[in-house]
Amino acid sequence: MIDLHGFGHLLLAGTWVTVKLALVSLSLGLVFGLLGAAAKLSEYKVLRAIATTYTTLIRGIPELLIVFAIYFGGSALVMGFASMFGYDEYIEVNPFMAGVAALSIAFGAYATEVFRMAILSIPQGQWESAQALGMTRGKTFFRIILPQVWRVALPGLGNLFQVLLKDTALVSVVGLQDIIRQATTAISSTKEPFTFYLAAACIYLILTAIATAGTLWMERACTPQLRYKG
Amino acid sequence: MNWEIIIQYYPKLLEGALLTLELVVISGVIGVLMAVPIALLRASKTPWVRVFPFCFIYFFRGTPLLIQIFLIYYGASQFEAVRDSVLWVVLKEPYWCAIIAFTLNTAAYSAELFRGAIQAIPKGELEAADAFGMSWLLKTRRIVIPRAFGIALPAYGNEVVLMLKSSALASTITLLDLTGMARTIQARTYTPVELFTAAGVIYLVMAAVVIGLFRLMENRFNRYQYYKPNVDQLNVDKP
Repeated sequence: MIDLHGFGHLLLAGTWVTVKLALVSLSLGLVFGLLGAAAKLSEYKVLRAIATTYTTLIRGIPELLIVFAIYFGGSALVMGFASMFGYDEYIEVNPFMAGVAALSIAFGAYATEVFRMAILSIPQGQWESAQALGMTRGKTFFRIILPQVWRVALPGLGNLFQVLLKDTALVSVVGLQDIIRQATTAISSTKEPFTFYLAAACIYLILTAIATAGTLWMERACTPQLRYKG
Repeated sequence: MNWEIIIQYYPKLLEGALLTLELVVISGVIGVLMAVPIALLRASKTPWVRVFPFCFIYFFRGTPLLIQIFLIYYGASQFEAVRDSVLWVVLKEPYWCAIIAFTLNTAAYSAELFRGAIQAIPKGELEAADAFGMSWLLKTRRIVIPRAFGIALPAYGNEVVLMLKSSALASTITLLDLTGMARTIQARTYTPVELFTAAGVIYLVMAAVVIGLFRLMENRFNRYQYYKPNVDQLNVDKP
């Protein structure tokens, strides 16, 4: 087996940070995705234009650049704001916050498309019958459409979560103590880069395998006909 | 917004963009050349042939590209044997390490795309090739590869855009690509908003060009799908 020279606990601590970052960004990203899809399907031109600009911009710009822009640009913005109140010390944006912001914005842009396609796949008749029953549009969306959208969107969202999980590695570049950062710390004292980066890669493989299994389980859970055995 | 900073450093940023394009084109071309045989093995009907391509694709798609770059750039130096060998001439240069990492990564992703395309070729076309008595090699060269190419083209266009975006990671091993350049200048001038916006715009333009090129290629290679017979010419004998 790989000899980690007693640095295993560092890698585990990093894994926990990576998992936290991924899950927080996922939940925020899902909100962005739903809002984006709602805006893209809205009847107001302005909302549609905003959502289209959002997805086009974010999907054409590297995630690393988004992380940098939020981490460094965010500091500049916050400091500019603080100096208006006479506070001129250096303020640094917390890497975790910058990571959550960058990853959820990126995830949201791709999720917008997944949700939009899923919402469009629900027959128009369901909206109409809900209206005939006297439901408002919001109520129809949450009670009738969303539970079905979830099922259609799950495979796509599962793929996006895999991408998100791997993109968490980018936040190590701005100093978040995630798996890669902890591996680098271990390397600076053991001088064994290959061993530790390989160990980190194996942890990512395990994490992505768990994510795949989780997605498959959820797909089964929300598709009763898959579980039905005559 | 300080426009002077953007104008002053624009040539520098374009220089970085050129390196980004260079990395994408070189690793893209070698990556495709590697992906074709890997996809053919992956689509094979013999189970033991599929083992190596499966592991290769699983590793490179399941781990972050950043780790792959670090493994090659920093990891290779751990072994005395590598440092003493001829390989070290290549592996000590961040430029070549980035190209190796990008090539292997895109080869894994495109191999999976091509496998899907190979398996999507209508069965009748392969049977027709067999009926003509084509050997495996001839059938693969004349039927399978050109057909799979056309089917995979739109998805491969997406892969190239993703590769363009992930090439930003080259900046983490000291290369001055577009992101690296923006970051270096930013550290000197303290104008993150201006520089990252300018870099983002250049990335968007490059992505738009890539998408446009692939749309042109798609129209050309898959023109049978867009073919509309001219009704007037068909009915020349009509009184």
